[in-house]
Amino acid sequence: MSVPKLGNLPSSKLDAELTPLLAVSQLSVAYGGIQAVRDLSLEVAPGEMVCLIGANGAGKTTTLKAVCGLIAPQAGSVHFDGQALTRLPAHEVARRGLALVPEGRGVFPRMSVAENLMMGAYTRRDRAAIARDLDQVYTLLPRLTERRTQPAGLLSGGEQQMLVLGRAMMARPRLLLLDEPSMGLAPLMVRAVFDIIRQIAAGGVAVLLIEQNAHLALKTCARGYVLENGVITLSGNAAELAANPAVRHAYLGE
Amino acid sequence: MDIFLQQLINGLVLGSVYALVALGYTMVYGILELINFAHGEITMMGAMVALAVIGALALAAPGLPGVLVLGAGLVVAIPVCMALGLLIERVAYRPLRHAPRLAPLITAIGVSIILQNIAMLIWGKQYIPFPDVLPQGRHEVLGAAITDVQIAILLLTMSIMLMLILVVQKTRLGRAMRATAQSRQVASLMGVDVNRVIASTFVIGSALAAVAGVMVSAYYGLAHYYMGFLLGLKAFSAAVLGGIGNLGGAMLGGLLLGLIESFGAGYIGDLTGGFLGSHYQDVFAFFVLIAVLVFRPSGLLGARVVERA
Repeated sequence: MSVPKLGNLPSSKLDAELTPLLAVSQLSVAYGGIQAVRDLSLEVAPGEMVCLIGANGAGKTTTLKAVCGLIAPQAGSVHFDGQALTRLPAHEVARRGLALVPEGRGVFPRMSVAENLMMGAYTRRDRAAIARDLDQVYTLLPRLTERRTQPAGLLSGGEQQMLVLGRAMMARPRLLLLDEPSMGLAPLMVRAVFDIIRQIAAGGVAVLLIEQNAHLALKTCARGYVLENGVITLSGNAAELAANPAVRHAYLGE
Repeated sequence: MDIFLQQLINGLVLGSVYALVALGYTMVYGILELINFAHGEITMMGAMVALAVIGALALAAPGLPGVLVLGAGLVVAIPVCMALGLLIERVAYRPLRHAPRLAPLITAIGVSIILQNIAMLIWGKQYIPFPDVLPQGRHEVLGAAITDVQIAILLLTMSIMLMLILVVQKTRLGRAMRATAQSRQVASLMGVDVNRVIASTFVIGSALAAVAGVMVSAYYGLAHYYMGFLLGLKAFSAAVLGGIGNLGGAMLGGLLLGLIESFGAGYIGDLTGGFLGSHYQDVFAFFVLIAVLVFRPSGLLGARVVERA
């Protein structure tokens, strides 16, 4: 983003408000000739909750993977906190403070719950702070405490989703990227998971949420983008989007 | 002499060497699902390099104590094999990371042929005797004999295996290795440099192979450019017996295979009325391999944790 900087005060409040934390600009991704995402631009401000909604196959997961360095984009750029991430490998992106919670959860099934959580802190060296964060995660997610020595592969789907959220917190990210956190969960569990997401965001972590459940996503986030066939067709604040007749018709089942 | 106890000692010594080599197969398989058929040749290279160093030292300084000479051989052979493992991964396997699984497998066989031929060009086709530097002590234990070399092999292999378990279970690298083995993509999202972890796995496995190569040549008193083939195949069988991909399984499988071979060789004459002799020793590993593949393909410890989607 080319927002003019006011003076040389990198940590001024004004600066923080103007510079988006994540700036994706004109991103295009193709899988062997099939265009999955075209000219996609979006922004997430520090501490903001933003959702990207769209039908199955619209390109939501592809977008997240390109942001995280799991797939290389054809064109476009990704900036995080003013630094270019484009074409960095995934582990370098993770070290800069982005945590992706992938679709289908992605626990390490043969590691214990505690070890999974510690993997979240893999890039950190501050042992004392890690121990404090671990306590905090267990406080926030008491179900994990009971199961800390069990292999993560034996947890229920909802518990695994909580585990990956806790693991993401252990990285102390500034931006959390969530890919379909409600997928395959019972309604009660979905509510519990979204409560946790809101609590994480309340701690100042920005969230980019991808959801097929547009109703839930727009209720949770402040702003949203609508993705159709790899192109962003609508964007705006969540209440406006939820009131938009086209969105209501296509995604809210009205 | 007590045959049973003697075969037990021999089997444990041999088995601990198999276990060391089997660990290299199983670690690479666990992380890449690749059977690194060149691993046996790395063992051979370890033996050859160590022997060259030991031979030169024995000539240059005949008075040196055997332990020191052997140690010098190991100190040179281990880094050489580590570098070799690193090179093979980088040149032969990494470019094929996303290729169909048959491609790296065939490449592995190719690498193993290349290494055999390099060794043959450097050291020739003949058997190379282990220089006469090792302590020759023998100890009587309840009617069986155990040599100094056997004791050294047992102590060294057991302590190395213990160290490996500690590294894999307790260190940051070990955690990264296990995470990478379970999901390369998710591990990279945690900030793990997956390429580096895979390279480290090859390096560690190659170091173990170097030690095993030196041990086995000290035990049999010779080395040969082709020795890695049979040793590698047996260690691979041991890894499959224990459950490939499972570290504890490789250790158990190696020890069991050593015992099966040793007892098999010791009693096959009695069992067949003298029809088959102890030179059929090498057959047992492959009986075991076939039996495991037929009756329990996942190996002894290969039962995996149930994974939910």
